[in-house]
Parts: sequence; C-alpha cells; structure tokens
Amino acid sequence: MEKEWFTISVYSENNVGLLNRISGIFLKRHINIESLNVSKSEIEGVSKFTIVVHTTEKWTRNIVGQIEKQIEVIKAFYHTDEETIYQESVLFKIASNLLFDERQIQNIIKDNNSQIVTVARDFFVIAKSGRRNEINEMYDQLKPFGIMQFVRTGRISVSKEEMQITALLNEFYQDK
Amino acid sequence: METVKIKTEVNPKKTKMKISGAEAIIHCLLAEGVDLLYGYPGGAIMPVYDELYKFQDKLTHILTRHEQGATHAAQGYARVSGRVGVAMATSGPGATNLVTGLADAQIDSTPMVCITGQVTRHLLGSDAFQETDIIGISTPVTKWNYQITEASEIPEIMAKAFYIAKSGRPGPVLVDITKNAQIDEFDFSYEKCTAVRSYNPVPKPNVEAIEAAAKLINNAKKPLIVWGQGVILGKAEEELKALVEKSGVPAAWTIMGASALDNEHPLNVGMVGMHGNYGPNVLTNECDVLIAIGMRFDDRVTGSLDTYAKQAKVIHFEIDKAEINKNVHADVAVLGNSKETLGLLLPMLKENKHTAWHNEFKEKYKVEFEQVIKNDIHPTKEGLTMGEVIEQINIESEQKAVIVTDVGQHQMIGCRYAKFKQSKSNITSGGLGTMGFALPAAIGAKMGAMEREVVAIIGDGGYQMTIQELGVIFQHNVPVKIVVLNNEHLGMVRQWQELFFDRRYASTVMTNPDFVKIAEGYSIEARRVSTREDMKAAIKEMIASKNPYFLEVKVEQEDNVFPMIPSGASVSEVRLK
Repeated sequence: MEKEWFTISVYSENNVGLLNRISGIFLKRHINIESLNVSKSEIEGVSKFTIVVHTTEKWTRNIVGQIEKQIEVIKAFYHTDEETIYQESVLFKIASNLLFDERQIQNIIKDNNSQIVTVARDFFVIAKSGRRNEINEMYDQLKPFGIMQFVRTGRISVSKEEMQITALLNEFYQDK
Repeated sequence: METVKIKTEVNPKKTKMKISGAEAIIHCLLAEGVDLLYGYPGGAIMPVYDELYKFQDKLTHILTRHEQGATHAAQGYARVSGRVGVAMATSGPGATNLVTGLADAQIDSTPMVCITGQVTRHLLGSDAFQETDIIGISTPVTKWNYQITEASEIPEIMAKAFYIAKSGRPGPVLVDITKNAQIDEFDFSYEKCTAVRSYNPVPKPNVEAIEAAAKLINNAKKPLIVWGQGVILGKAEEELKALVEKSGVPAAWTIMGASALDNEHPLNVGMVGMHGNYGPNVLTNECDVLIAIGMRFDDRVTGSLDTYAKQAKVIHFEIDKAEINKNVHADVAVLGNSKETLGLLLPMLKENKHTAWHNEFKEKYKVEFEQVIKNDIHPTKEGLTMGEVIEQINIESEQKAVIVTDVGQHQMIGCRYAKFKQSKSNITSGGLGTMGFALPAAIGAKMGAMEREVVAIIGDGGYQMTIQELGVIFQHNVPVKIVVLNNEHLGMVRQWQELFFDRRYASTVMTNPDFVKIAEGYSIEARRVSTREDMKAAIKEMIASKNPYFLEVKVEQEDNVFPMIPSGASVSEVRLK
C-alpha cells in the first residue's frame, strides 16, 4: 500500500493529558506527525485536533481506530486532501532594507496574495495563508534574499462531508 | 473535567459529610463494593493508609512485598472473580513499580484500578522527593488515567475510574492523587458513574451483520470457531456452548480463552497459536469460514498474516471496534458484547453437523498424540516431563483447579494440558508475557475464589522474579499450591537458542538456590521430587493439603515444547518436532 497524505480530525473533551495520549499512539507505531493543530471546535467545550500524517491508509485507519478508542475522544475521522478544505499559515521575518533594495520582494508579496503585517526599522513581517505547496513556493522565492525567521502553523482543515458531532452528542443525552 | 458530563444513578446510601480526601477514597472504594486491595505504603500515600487502618474491618489491605506483586495479585483476583482488582502504591518508585502490571492488564483486558500517591500539588514539577510523572509514564499502558489535585475531584474521578475499568473491553485505570488532595476536607457525596459522553463501551449490535454471519455459518462446509477471552469477559460461555452444539462447528481457543468451554466437550478441538494444537492450527488454513469470537488475532495466534486463513471468509465478533481489520480483514464484523451478539445469532442458525470436517481434527489429533502428546504426558524416559506433572494435577484436582501459569515453556505446557471444567480457571499472562506474574496472581486468584483450589505452575526463572511474595502467603496463610517446574534453565529462551541460534546458550543456564529451604524459611510446607513415583505422591499430598504448599519438580533440563509455529511462519508450517 502506498503512502499518502491524510488529515486526521479528532473531536475530544478538553482535558489535560489527552494530547500526550494521542501523540503516544503515533509514537508506538513509529509514525511521524507531520503537523498538529489543537483548537476549540464549533461545539462548546469540545476540542478539535487536526493531525497530518504521511503514511498508508491501513496505518491511518488503524491509528484513527486507536484514537477513537480513547475514553475522552468523541469521534475521529481521516480524510485525503481531496476530501478537505485545508490551509496553513506562515510568517516570514525579513530584513527591512531588502524591501527597498530588492524590488522583486514586493512582487513576491503581491503575487502570492500575502500581506505585510508589520514593518520595523530592522525587519518586516509577511503573513501568508495557503496550501503547503503554495507556501513552499513562496519560501523558495524569498530564500535567496535571506529569511531572518520563518514559522509555519500546523494544517487546519474542514471536511467537505458533515461530521455530525452534535448529533452524536445529542444521541448520548437522549439515550441516558 | 468540567466538560465531561457524567450521567449518574443515585446511590441509595448517598451521604453528605465533610471528610478528608483520604477518607473519601475509602468511601469511594466501599461504594464500589471493594473489600480487598493490594498495595505498599510510602510517604505520598500515607494519609490513605491512615484511613485504611481505621476501616480495616470493612476493607482488607494486603501488603505485597513489591508493588508489581500488588498489580499481579489484583489481576489474579479480577480474572478469577470478574470484579475490579485494586492496587495502591506511593509516588515515585512505588508508582513506577506498577507499570509492568498495568501493561499486562492493558494487553490482557483486565479490569484494575491503581491508586498512587503523588507529591503535594505545589511541588508538582519541582523534582521533589519521590516525584515522578506517573501520568506521563502510565498513559500508553492504561485505558484511562487521571491526576487528582483537589480533594473535591475524588468522588467523580473514582466513580469514573471504576466504570471505565470494568465497562466495555475492560482495562487498567490509574488515579494519581496529590498529597494535599488526600489531606484537604470537603463535602463528600458519591454517585456511581454509568456513562461518559465521549465513551461508547458496548457498541449496539447490528442485526444485519448478525444475519450475514448466520448466513455464512449456515452455508459453510468447513467452518471453524476460534474464541478468545472476550467470551469470558462477556460472560458468554453458555452462548458459546449453545452455538457450538447447534451449529456443530469445531471450536478452538486462544490461551486467553481457555476454560470458557470444557476441554472434554467433543467439539472443543484445542488451542491455536505458536504452541497450540496441530489440528486447529493447520486447519485454520483449510476452513471456509473462520468465526472469531472475542479474540484479537495476536501474532502468536496467527503466525504470518500473509498466509493466515486467506481462503476463509472471516466473521469477527468483537466488542472493541479498533480490533476490526487491525490484523485480519473481517468479511463480516459483528460489534457488541459477545453474550448479546451470540444470543442474537443463535436462533438464526440451522442445526448442523460437520462430521467429516470434525474428523479431520480428530485425525490431526491422532498424529499430534503419537508424535508429541504421548511423550509429554505418558513419557517412557526416566526424566520427568512438564506435561506429566500437569496431567497429574488434572487427575488429583479432578480438573476443578484454577491453574495460574507464569511465562515460558511451563506456561505453554500448562495451557496445552491443563483441563478445565469451569470458566475463569486459566490465569496467565497472555499478551505481555510477564515473567513473575504467577506467584502474586495466584495469591489474588485464591483470595478472589477462596472456595476453589488454586495451583500456580511456575518455571524456575519466573519464580525468582517475584519470589518475595511468599511473604504474603506466609503472613496471611494463603492456601495456594505452588509448583515450580525446575529445569535449571530459562527454558523457552533455551529452546529458541537450540532451534534458531545454533545452540549458543547465552545466559539461559541457571544455578538455583535451594527452593525448598526458601519456602521453609516462610514456614510453607515444601517438598522436592525428581522421580515419577514421588511426583505423583507429592501432587496427591499437595492437593489434599488445606495449607499453602510448595512443590519443586525437577524436570528434564532440555525438553522442548512442540508443536511449534516458528516466529513469522505460517500456521500451516507448525512443527511437530
């Protein structure tokens, strides 16, 4: 089975230690987490993990099963890139003089639909959101000029299909 | 925790009073029906021990000689009784010593609650004396764990701990309680936990899946059942028996499933796996429908997955959704509690007999008997075999004993040849393979079923890993029977060295102490035998004894366990010699 990119979405209770428990599932199988984002979800009191892995579908299914088995996990899904809308954000910190000395930089900012978020005497900061390859392209374009600092967030994504967490929780309260 | 909504039932004896966290822990244990726990005191858990002292008329605490012993005793108790085993330890080394037992209980689905003391809240993260991150350490080997840092959390968390440990696929839960939470007072009231919103312990059976399973079974020409511990944990022994008898399907078991169906039931065709019986292993690759019930296709059961039952349609009855398609693809997956799902399946099955197919198992058994079993249990050579000792225990105990085994050759021989008439009678460390398990587990098993005979069968290697628990047997006069099958080697490793490492016996030869003297040091009646006649007499005497009894049997030093599926080979490649 071939390796692919998968986005794992986990809806869970917001509890201390759950991140450790979930990351341990990857550790046990020697699978690297390519990116991880944890945030509030659309449901009050429910957290959402977005985890990107590059592995086979069989392993992904296995991992999702193990994640969902954890007591404080409400539901876990996995999706291919085609099944989700996803983005990452990055910040580039670049020396201010380059903005004036290298006209090309302004074009790069414009062509990549990115914004300058701050300009200081010594440096300025560019923000960009987009898909991984778009960000990689922009990185490659800026690199020759010198990047002082670069940081990128984990992937965030929403699935095209409905996730029905609220329905699941309602079912719980109706049953009890 | 505030985000976790727990629906509770009201305890009729619900009381409200201001008490310390430590006293609250005792009330929680009592409310959960606990009357016995195993543990070892120390600084960070002392407030709880102080309360145990006050409540000793209601709650018996057994001081094991090592915290690992406490976990295995709790496991033995849980496995034989079906109740939750409880173990307690202090912070730091006390807590880390629980890890092996937690891992064992996790992989063998044993309900256990472990309570650890922790340094006081304001010292957390300061590398205080006996501080260790037991939550971090125990996370991969627990079903759930939680650190309590405020007394008021105790009732809700303890209720949740017991509920999670015993519901669905059972497992170990660890609750770590900081010292301040044990000392502080709060208004105590207790409500049992009956549900957690993010946790679905028993999936609802899908009737369509059961119908599909019934259709496959009814049309099968060569069906085979392989059941595991899920039958025992689900209390589905009667349903299994009814299923086997109505469908006429030959049924084999994993070692964790042993004793769920009488060994002498005509359709019980024996054990599968690395040292299982010849017939069910080989015929796994000839059956047309494989009906797996409450088992998880462990590698010791399947051998190479690439060549495992590829010809068969697989039906998997399982409570844990994550086990479906984990190792073996299921053509039909039936989720749910085995008692419920088998109960629904039964009326859909046609009465049937598979005489010709069943005869294939009998033929294979004859081959195995001639080449292996005969020599194991009726040897003609002078030296004693492990198999004949087990056979003698079967005879003297009338197959009614709980057999607790450790890990290694004696374990495989024990599981192969011990005969059971009653469920929950085979207590062994199946998944983790924990040497040192048997002696403390036997103590727990005896305390969980005082009316039953409990015989621990242990190798000379594993025995010395937890030998200090003889102190518990001595102090509390626990009438367990201990049989050490002494071959002066780490036998199973030696066997692998002989077969796969050109007889390079690296660190497997043991120079052992005088085990009889050691037992006698604990005032345990002890005997050593090395002849057939003495062995038979000693086992008779041991079973007749009402007291703890230690028996060392000197067995052949270089016997091997067969049949054997070499690691990574196919079940069809099972070797008889």
